[in-house]
Amino acid sequence: MTTATNTTTDSRPPADPPIAPGRDRFAYLLRAEWTKFRTVRGWIVAVFVSMVLTVLLGLFISSHSHIAPCTTGPNGGGCSYILPNGPGGEAVTDTYYFVHRALTAEGTITVRMTSLSEASENGQNPQGGPAQKQPASVPWSKAGLIITAGSDQGAAYAAVMVTGSHGARMQWNYTGDAPGLAGDVSAASPRWLRLTRAGDLVTGYDSADGANWTEIGAVTLPGLASSVQAGLFVTSPGSTTPTNQGATSASGTSSGATDATADFDHVDLTGGAPGGSWTGTSVGGGSESPYPTGSAVGYRQNADGSFAVTGSGDIAPDVTDGVGVSVLFTGLFIALIAMVVIGALFMTAEYRRGLIRATLAASPRRGWVLAAKAVVLGGVTFAAELAALAATVLIGVPLLRSSGNPVYPVTVLTEARAIVGAAALTAVFAVFALGVGSILRHGAGAVTAALTAVVLPYLLTAGIAVLPTGAAQWLMRVTPAAGFSIDQVVPAYPQVAAAYTPANGFFPLAPWAGFAVACGYAVLALGLAAYLIRRRDA
Amino acid sequence: MRESLHAEWTKLRTLASTTRLLIAAAALTVAVGAAVDAATRCPSGGCNDDPAKVSLAGIYLGQVVVAVMAVLVVSGEYSTGMIRVTLAAAPRRITVLAAKAIVLTGLILVAGAISVAGSLLAGRLILPDHGISPAHGYPAISLGDAPMLRAAFGSVLYLALIALLSLGAAAAVREAAAAIGVVLGLLYLIPIIAFTVGAPTLSRHLQQIAPMTAGLAVQATTGPSSEPIGPWAGLGVLAAWAAGALLLGGLLLRSRDA
Repeated sequence: MTTATNTTTDSRPPADPPIAPGRDRFAYLLRAEWTKFRTVRGWIVAVFVSMVLTVLLGLFISSHSHIAPCTTGPNGGGCSYILPNGPGGEAVTDTYYFVHRALTAEGTITVRMTSLSEASENGQNPQGGPAQKQPASVPWSKAGLIITAGSDQGAAYAAVMVTGSHGARMQWNYTGDAPGLAGDVSAASPRWLRLTRAGDLVTGYDSADGANWTEIGAVTLPGLASSVQAGLFVTSPGSTTPTNQGATSASGTSSGATDATADFDHVDLTGGAPGGSWTGTSVGGGSESPYPTGSAVGYRQNADGSFAVTGSGDIAPDVTDGVGVSVLFTGLFIALIAMVVIGALFMTAEYRRGLIRATLAASPRRGWVLAAKAVVLGGVTFAAELAALAATVLIGVPLLRSSGNPVYPVTVLTEARAIVGAAALTAVFAVFALGVGSILRHGAGAVTAALTAVVLPYLLTAGIAVLPTGAAQWLMRVTPAAGFSIDQVVPAYPQVAAAYTPANGFFPLAPWAGFAVACGYAVLALGLAAYLIRRRDA
Repeated sequence: MRESLHAEWTKLRTLASTTRLLIAAAALTVAVGAAVDAATRCPSGGCNDDPAKVSLAGIYLGQVVVAVMAVLVVSGEYSTGMIRVTLAAAPRRITVLAAKAIVLTGLILVAGAISVAGSLLAGRLILPDHGISPAHGYPAISLGDAPMLRAAFGSVLYLALIALLSLGAAAAVREAAAAIGVVLGLLYLIPIIAFTVGAPTLSRHLQQIAPMTAGLAVQATTGPSSEPIGPWAGLGVLAAWAAGALLLGGLLLRSRDA
């Protein structure tokens, strides 16, 4: 038998530094809540398993994501094409018919346009009748004047044009757009268009009579070479009819390629390079483009100096042919479900085990307990999902490219916003579940309420075609699911007709506005929980 | 078995939450269905709307309440410790689970029939004012139509199968919050993956095996449908999920300490 030989009363340092009363109390609470969190083995396992599954599911999606042009593309199954990038770095569509001459550093080009008509390429006009030329009905068919750095796709440009149903406009560098004269063009109501170049500055004008000119806009195209191409262009993006929301990502519109034809006269170019003559080029019309290009594109120069030009395609940002990086975030729904369950249990388990009485006895300021739980839960969720997403993107984006998907080029800031925002959104939803759990004091009820409020609106809007489109968009504004708009990496452009639906990665609210809605729900739930936890006996 | 059935019926009948949840499931289903009916617009005809799917849209929310109720039938006993009394009184655990399944199915069938009948009635009254009318080629909703009868009957069965799936999951997971997380994960996650994956074939296969998208294919009544799977085959997929969950739950219930 041995006797205790330890004569010193306590030679070890205290396990935890003593807590000063007052200002460190919150730090103490945080440590208490963190200890509670990390010592539930099931939760830690769930966090790690959901992280791994998030990454694996992201990688599965990236290797099984084949967008439509890739399977039908010019290079068959093993396709890989790259979307041209505009001067701003965004993915663009740059396909049109161009009748052009060289222009020097100073010059002006003027034209009168008397008609814009179009025909469908598949033998049917967009309204379903027989194929014949008829007044333009594709809203963003474009015809007019363009000054461009060259006929390579993605070149810098400025253009004035008449559109199918959006009047005269000036557009530049794919994303710029300014309205001019309203109304359609016809022989009775022609449109005069003018572009003036002075160095890097290009100014666009329109006029109804060729005498009284109105400036639409003046844009600077930095670093424009002294010799550029100027001339007439025509293009038509095809009819895009929004259909009922599809169950798969590719659907949402039915489209048919169209050729637009415009008649020009009074063509006047000053400042042209000497000895130049009009040349026709089908820009981007080769097999490298996924865009439906016209079979009948070309131009005819009449004896009286007038032109008839037929073109197909679009000069605009590309919002349909690529995939956004956020397609890799789908795995996050696994983490979301796990963290919502943990978030609800973080509070309700204390009620069930009676631990809440010890917690509230130790910290009578009940609101702070809730705040400490929110900070610990939110912090753990954010850190875990940020790590998971970073890994997913690092491996997934090259995988996505190697399986033939053109990934939208976005700025580092946008990509960082989407990644950090998606991780933060998961944390916000976990805190929302914590608040709901504290209000309901019922684990299953809290998980159901939180998951249904967060995931079901998104699923019904993006995945399952049962709600009318208007109601679905409305759900994505007012429910916590509005927060998913933080994942949108490509903006919706008013001057591009496309199916801007959540299924295609476009949300009705701006990224931060949607995120703010989700945060609002979390704050509301926490606020109500803080009020109730003070009012009710534990 | 009769004693077990009687015991489960007594336990469920005397819980205040049972009635509340059943009423909530029916009310939510009908209310959401009516709201979707009222939001539907088909002014000039030629829309893709399926009157059965539109008027039964509330089932997306109603099934959640059904799942919660089914989970609580098992998990509620674990959280209160009642399960030890139950298993002491009826040591044949599979019998206990079967009795729970039978009583629950009966209740859900009744609540589901009321929900579906109410939803279809709302659709019959509301939809014609929103373009889903005989003038646009949609006959008035009537259970006399074979496809509509199938959609109605199938939707009631769908809710019962969702309840059985949830019951099995709860017996396997035990903890109520985690069990409902698993069930909602199964229902929501696979369709989300299906529409994110760009490959059409894979997407279709995922919708064929997902309990929700496959099971609800029974609601399609218009034309050659774009459903991933046939109506009864889809319900069969959901039945397989429910059977699998019950089997797993039953095995775990038998092999683990309560």
